[in-house]
Amino acid sequence: MNSLLLFTIITLSALGLVASLILYFVAQKFKVYEDPRIDEVEDVLPSANCGGCGFPGCRNFAEALVKADTLDDLFCPVGGNETMATVAQILGKEAVETEPKVAVLRCSGSFENRPRTNIYDGAKNCTIVHNLYTGDTDCQYGCLGLGECVDACDFDAMYMDESTGLPVIIDAQCVACGACVEACPRDIIELRQRNKKDRKIYVSCINEDKGGLAKKYCAVACIGCTKCFKVCPFEAITMANNLAYIDAELCRLCRKCAPECPTNSILELNFPPRKVKEETKTEVEKSE
Amino acid sequence: MIRSFPKGGVHPPENKLSASRPIAPLPLPETVTIPLSQHIGAPAEVLVNRGDTVKVGQVIGQHKGFVSSNIHSSVSGKVVKIDHVLDSTGYKRLSVVIEVQDDEWIQEIDRSAQLKQEITLSREDIIKKTLESGIVGMGGATFPSHVKMTVPKGKKADWVILNGVECEPYLTSDHRLMIEKGKEVLVGMKLIMKALGVEKGMIGIEKNKPDAIAHFQELCSSENGIEVFPLKVKYPQGGEKQLIKALTGREVPSGGLPIDVGVVVHNVGTAHAVYEAVQKNKPLLERVVTVTGDHLETPSNFLVRIGTPVSKLIEAAGGLPGDTGKMINGGPMMGKALNSIDVPVTKGTSGILIIPDQQSKRKPVAPCIRCAKCLNVCPMGLEPYLLMTLADKELFDRTEQDRILDCIECGSCSYICPANRPLLDYIRLGKFRVSQIIRSRN
Repeated sequence: MNSLLLFTIITLSALGLVASLILYFVAQKFKVYEDPRIDEVEDVLPSANCGGCGFPGCRNFAEALVKADTLDDLFCPVGGNETMATVAQILGKEAVETEPKVAVLRCSGSFENRPRTNIYDGAKNCTIVHNLYTGDTDCQYGCLGLGECVDACDFDAMYMDESTGLPVIIDAQCVACGACVEACPRDIIELRQRNKKDRKIYVSCINEDKGGLAKKYCAVACIGCTKCFKVCPFEAITMANNLAYIDAELCRLCRKCAPECPTNSILELNFPPRKVKEETKTEVEKSE
Repeated sequence: MIRSFPKGGVHPPENKLSASRPIAPLPLPETVTIPLSQHIGAPAEVLVNRGDTVKVGQVIGQHKGFVSSNIHSSVSGKVVKIDHVLDSTGYKRLSVVIEVQDDEWIQEIDRSAQLKQEITLSREDIIKKTLESGIVGMGGATFPSHVKMTVPKGKKADWVILNGVECEPYLTSDHRLMIEKGKEVLVGMKLIMKALGVEKGMIGIEKNKPDAIAHFQELCSSENGIEVFPLKVKYPQGGEKQLIKALTGREVPSGGLPIDVGVVVHNVGTAHAVYEAVQKNKPLLERVVTVTGDHLETPSNFLVRIGTPVSKLIEAAGGLPGDTGKMINGGPMMGKALNSIDVPVTKGTSGILIIPDQQSKRKPVAPCIRCAKCLNVCPMGLEPYLLMTLADKELFDRTEQDRILDCIECGSCSYICPANRPLLDYIRLGKFRVSQIIRSRN
């Protein structure tokens, strides 16, 4: 009885010893070295896994950061410059300051401004409508109002305004991850520089139709009249395909262009009210 | 024996209101709008300028590449505009707008009604003529016909199937064409057979067109190698893959083409257009369009010049009924709603269907109850409810594995769904995304 017990203990211990030796050597042989800094960097990143940096998730981005020679093209829009500075510190590399950005909707085709010309009662999905036809208005460039961008937003920075049929971006919440830009089948949303106090001036229209048609489809369409282009002292406005575009990097927020626009398609947001003209003052308040 | 495809299918009410109305030529409109992209493939390159005068049959758009098609002027007159104009695709496309003056044809076109049965041209010349005349598939898919008449290297065709099924409810344009231009259609079919080097042909006609079947059986009684087959009335009997399965028993492999199983399918309208192009030098500049609808005064079949505004057709059929809710380009199953009555008739317009208001709205969508009706009716053996869910959840890898690209978009699933789910809408979305993914891989 005793010998049986002893035999069992010895054989099992021997087996265990052999197995552990094999495991040890295999572990040594196939050891994967992982830079410990990857974990450190990942801890600093926001863990939102939003994909705003261009990588599938924060871990992949951390790996790319550690591997990269410079941090030039790598930026986490969610964490911003602060996070990137910490990352740079960990990695001992130079941090690159990037202007913070914010998403803007370049369409003002609300129910009021853009008449609905037909009824769409199919699947509630922007891409499906976009692949099908111009949408329930005549403007083939404008917002379809079914909220694919809102669904794409992971940061609760967007909602659909039921009264206008357009999505609204909450500047304070927006981290410029670009998910909505990607989601919009009509490329209406753009990431623009987040200026001081979230002040923005942009042409809120991407309609490339000729002036008359654009105006017929939507009361606040850019008609390509070039008035803003002529008045801009900084050459920040370019004209192409019957459409004005304000380059956010060149724009110095002088506000000269907005009152020139005959269709009010240039929006100026978060500015103090204008003193001189009463008309435009109400405009500013409305857009706020 | 009545043949049919074995799997799935639905039986929508046929409603062939205009079946007994002969094809009537529509008077010339004041202006025509001819889009430069009326076919699958690269848009044609515009050859005319604003202010030019053109004649009927003159080439105004040159094909670009192999999978493309020529565009001809369907009227004589002055080019007033070359601009982006809304067409039946729901978007603005580059089009040539011509103001009609008189009716002056180019001289090469043989306008006599005399039947020219003798086939004198060689294979290559037939294909060349088809390409130059801008012939595309007239069943609605508008795939350039010369491509289908060229057998790829290493493959061999042994059947030509003429598709006279017209399984879409309401539409009667092919039906009327078969009755009124049967002889021409048959010559066109023989031309296609010669171009492909094929000896055997089959004509498939749904059983609800007994007059057309009898007519063709009579015409083919003296023909060697061409047989007429009545087919069961079931939608989508006229789908290319379904028709091949019904007539030859062969199954086109997933992702493959009919030529992979040695079959080429052409629509009767295409055969007629090939006849006119090859034997009469007449390019594709007019087509038969059914204008129909339950509340329309006189549902009719018109011979219409390409580019005529749809409003002219509706006018000729008694005007737009007051309770119109929707206008469809094509049939009720696969057609697409139009968002303007000014869009032009294009090479692929087989019908204009006017639907009354109370029938035009979709019913409220309810959750899927897993009744599997969509599985049972899918002629391709797919699982529509699953594909819809996967596409909605953006699981596009799985939709690809589940063969979403095999969907022929016949709409049987959406038609049968008791919960009114927009199955096809989401399957189309899935197909679009999967094709994007496949393109990005290469």
